[in-house]
Amino acid sequence: MLRTFLILASLAFSAATVGLSAAQDIRVPSSIAAGDEATISTTGSGKATFYLIGPSVSRKNDVNLGEEIKLQPRDVQIAGNYLALVCSGECRSANFYVSPAKPAALTFLVHPSRVPVAQGDAISGVAFPFDQFHNLVLAPLTVNFQLSVSNSAMFSRQVKTQDGAAWFRTSSGKSAGAVQAIATLNDVSTRRAVQQVASDPCNLRIKGERTKTGLLLETEPVHDCGGNIVPDGTIVTFTANEGDTRSTVDAPIKKGIARAQISGTAAATISVASGVVIGNELRIGAK
Amino acid sequence: MKFTLPILLVAATVGLMVVALVSAGQAGGTVGIAAGSAISGLTPKASTPDQGLTNFLVDVQRRNWDRAFADLAKSSAPDKESFIQDWIGSNGSLRSFSNLESFEPRPMHANDNDAQMRVRLHWTTPVGPIEDVRDFQLAKEGDVWKVIWPKIQTLNVPAEVIPVTYLRWDLVTGTASEDWGSKNIDAPHVRIISMNAVDSAEGVVVMGEIVNEDTIPAFVNVNATVLDGSGKAIDDETSFDKIDHVLLPKQVSAYRIDFPNLNLRDVKNVRMDTKASLVPASADPVIGVMNQKVETDPQGKTVLRGDLMNESGQTVNIPHVIASFYDNNGKVIWVSDGYVDRALLPQSSEPFAVEVPRSLAGKVQGFHVVVNQYSLGRS
Repeated sequence: MLRTFLILASLAFSAATVGLSAAQDIRVPSSIAAGDEATISTTGSGKATFYLIGPSVSRKNDVNLGEEIKLQPRDVQIAGNYLALVCSGECRSANFYVSPAKPAALTFLVHPSRVPVAQGDAISGVAFPFDQFHNLVLAPLTVNFQLSVSNSAMFSRQVKTQDGAAWFRTSSGKSAGAVQAIATLNDVSTRRAVQQVASDPCNLRIKGERTKTGLLLETEPVHDCGGNIVPDGTIVTFTANEGDTRSTVDAPIKKGIARAQISGTAAATISVASGVVIGNELRIGAK
Repeated sequence: MKFTLPILLVAATVGLMVVALVSAGQAGGTVGIAAGSAISGLTPKASTPDQGLTNFLVDVQRRNWDRAFADLAKSSAPDKESFIQDWIGSNGSLRSFSNLESFEPRPMHANDNDAQMRVRLHWTTPVGPIEDVRDFQLAKEGDVWKVIWPKIQTLNVPAEVIPVTYLRWDLVTGTASEDWGSKNIDAPHVRIISMNAVDSAEGVVVMGEIVNEDTIPAFVNVNATVLDGSGKAIDDETSFDKIDHVLLPKQVSAYRIDFPNLNLRDVKNVRMDTKASLVPASADPVIGVMNQKVETDPQGKTVLRGDLMNESGQTVNIPHVIASFYDNNGKVIWVSDGYVDRALLPQSSEPFAVEVPRSLAGKVQGFHVVVNQYSLGRS
């Protein structure tokens, strides 16, 4: 980095101090896209040395003044400012800018990977267009964002990129399941998935019966307020208060229902909770 | 004359050795490995209940089972295997990895023929020192005191098939693409639902409860940093084993973070930090916590007692109980924990007890118990 700067500074200084009265001249293209072939024309005659200095290139070769200098695609793959110099006793220089090529890839980040249903502004996504040489395309482009659940559209929006980024934010849907998120730019598209999961249990209800050894308790199918089945493995806490003793069981939901066995023969008041959600109370008489 | 000094030194040394060998067996108070005699032939005669119990416990401590068994009264006649298993544990329980470090016998009641002794047993275990209090009955047989060993209730687990809808979460690391943003799986969402900082005899204690709000299991750790008036960190600690680290969806666990040798008046602020990561986990085994009751134990301590009931078909080698206690406003005022030193066999129960500080006993209006479990060969 330091070496490049020193070369650049010394060559620029030479060009500024020596080259103004020289006969040779250098003409660079007004715009070049990354990876394109380009030519730099020179005037004058005789041998000269050509220097090309850019973000990822530092090149020197001999040229004949008056002939065109060909820039290979690999010389200008990285977008940014370039300096071209021709020296033959005196130096002439010119700057040119290589802009990103047309978008070839769309990087798409979606957050979060799991989201409870019916949450406001819960899903956000951002897309970055890149050309084939991984240059971020800064020119305004229109990205089409589409979210769908089970092939039914949930959200669609066209957003113009600003400084190489386009983004959206939206609420999660009402149904649990995988949300397909697609960002499309011309013929380029990228797909991501967001898992919509059931929210907190709603109307948590239990039923119970006495058995020979105690109580057999089970929930009704556990849903959230949107009717989505709460995922298996979610813990439901059953609490039985019998006089001054208490029994608790943390039971996981299996196939939509949580079950627990609690020993004891006395009259019991049963309560149920899952996380911070509390369900109904049940009173079961003594055996 | 020139032999006088060496003879005196040898005589004094021999005299001190004899005194040491004899007096060690008669030591009172805290004994343990220092008790008994270094040479087995010199074991003091069990002429008192205290000496009879000491001889027995020294033999147990040395795992000299033949001698320990011989220290039992004829009326006990237990099965020798069960007797040994009672002391050394089985099924990969915490007792299997423990050693009796020392013991403190205390007479409770004695007459000419029988006696009752209470012993505080100090165990060294992989999870730290554990104290156990046990009552022993002794009877005089001839002129020696012997320990009456109660009939051991061997737990008989009936042969049965327990159907399990095996619920488990595994982690799969994606390999298909290195594309930016294609592999992200968010860490589980956990939330501290309560926090309280109090002064205790050992220092400042930060405690509360944490819930896994997500639909996947989380490996959770809670860190706390205590700050002084200028916002400078005084100390930071983690919940270590005072938390149920693996929280299944919607599961709530108590946590407790100890800051020894710190006074709450030096603390201006506490910064809490939770760390949650994805972890493979199983929803089994389900352990019920039955017959929970706050009561006073024979030593006058307030304890929460109960029974752990293994409702699944897997053996839980080392159960760990973590209890949070609430005041009448539902605020967590204390968190206690304790390990159960016996394995929890399928469809069987084991008692547990955790202590409540005397100063808080009157304020306790509610409690919540979670059971952490360590099972050999399983995550």
